[in-house]
Amino acid sequence: MSSPASSIAPVAISVRDIHKSFGPIEVLKGISLDAREGEVVSILGSSGSGKSTLLRCINMLETPDRGEVTVAGETIEMLAAGNGKSRPKDRAQVDRIRSRLGMVFQSFNLWSHKTVLENVIEAPIHVQKRPRAECIEEAEALLAKVGIAAKRNHYPAHLSGGQQQRAAIARALAMRPAVMLFDEPTSALDPELVGEVLRVMRALAEEGRTMLVVTHEMGFARDVSSRVIFLHQGQIEEDGRPDEVFGNAKSERFRRFIKA
Amino acid sequence: MDWTFLQETFISLVSAVPLTLLLAANSIALGAILAVGIAVARFSAIAPVRWLAQAYVFVFRGTPLLVQIFIIYYGLSQFPAIRHSLLWPILREPYWCAVLALALNTAAYTSEIVRGGLLSVPFGQVEAARACGMSRFMIFRRITLPLGVRQALPGYGNEMISMVKATSLASIITLMEVTGVAARIISESYRAIEVFIVAGAIYLTINFLLTRLVQLVEFRLSPHLRQPVAVLPAIIEGEAH
Repeated sequence: MSSPASSIAPVAISVRDIHKSFGPIEVLKGISLDAREGEVVSILGSSGSGKSTLLRCINMLETPDRGEVTVAGETIEMLAAGNGKSRPKDRAQVDRIRSRLGMVFQSFNLWSHKTVLENVIEAPIHVQKRPRAECIEEAEALLAKVGIAAKRNHYPAHLSGGQQQRAAIARALAMRPAVMLFDEPTSALDPELVGEVLRVMRALAEEGRTMLVVTHEMGFARDVSSRVIFLHQGQIEEDGRPDEVFGNAKSERFRRFIKA
Repeated sequence: MDWTFLQETFISLVSAVPLTLLLAANSIALGAILAVGIAVARFSAIAPVRWLAQAYVFVFRGTPLLVQIFIIYYGLSQFPAIRHSLLWPILREPYWCAVLALALNTAAYTSEIVRGGLLSVPFGQVEAARACGMSRFMIFRRITLPLGVRQALPGYGNEMISMVKATSLASIITLMEVTGVAARIISESYRAIEVFIVAGAIYLTINFLLTRLVQLVEFRLSPHLRQPVAVLPAIIEGEAH
């Protein structure tokens, strides 16, 4: 489903030679990856392959030991931290870039003391300093779009998992992000609730949003994404259009992975 | 039962209630501010800052409040530097010595209560705030602190009750709060039981009201832990069928 425009669209996110170790274990061994505007990139891999860590390195929730991340043309400046690892030079720059990336977590992570609407307007008002009335209007439109407008004044604890995740997607969209990052968005959901979240994600993809999706949902990867990446032991083992990768994988490991 | 004596005692003791409340309110307020600072210092990335906070809690939790009051009231005036400092007009007042000792003491306990509250905040919610681009201070102010305070409130209610009772120690350094006045009446009348029963009843009333106040605040701050109002009629309806 790769649109012809995606190969000439400007690069939205660029990751160069990312390395990351936790203690003695090297989780990412030099990953490079570009995502163009409008591309939906599914990142697959068995657990421990480093796919979530890769996503978390992009918005610096994990600090990469080495490598470079560029979002919408702005490269996050890094400093050598002495122990051979790097750290961001300017925390304010990281905050600014994070505000351009919408992150959706496996466990939703809605702020439990705020209602659904308050969750959605929190960062637009306080981080982006946009007028409250405008934020509320936009938040209500987003909540309607993800199908939970009626729950606007409920607290997260009073929602089902699927509703919470859709609220979390609305919260991320409210920042008008350049790129949406999804970290296993359906893995914590009961099977019957997975569909409602995937439907919302599919609608976003069809709108032409740039999305990086770490997922175990093979159907989503195959049908919705414009590109599929398969990670194994911290390296990219497959990278291509879904029909190429699923139909004609070069790596034996990936063929086994999709059969399992 | 000498009702007239009880009534007179009650009137004398009630007139001392404002001082008791003032001591408690001031030391609780000052102590709370200090406690948040100490709790935050316990999470500092700089090791000496953490050690300092830990040492503070160790000393003020590990020594009796009465000893702390004596050290501040009798001890500080021994130092000429303090007698000649700008703070002397405050530190020579028994009232402020009592407030200071009570505040420093409660800050040690409260900082541990606050620290427990902050630790209870789910890390995912902090991470979500980071991912939105919130600064560290904004995350503390808008996410961690409100969530932590809600968790800490029941424990903090206990600490506030302790403080109301602890103000009675201020009578030792000449303050005429409820216990101070009670002691004076006893020394004049030799009727300890009646006077202390009235004094006890007054503390009980203050703490009853305080407990209610904490419950109210807890209720107001925890809508997210209750069933939504809209659900209640549905449950009642469900029972009717």
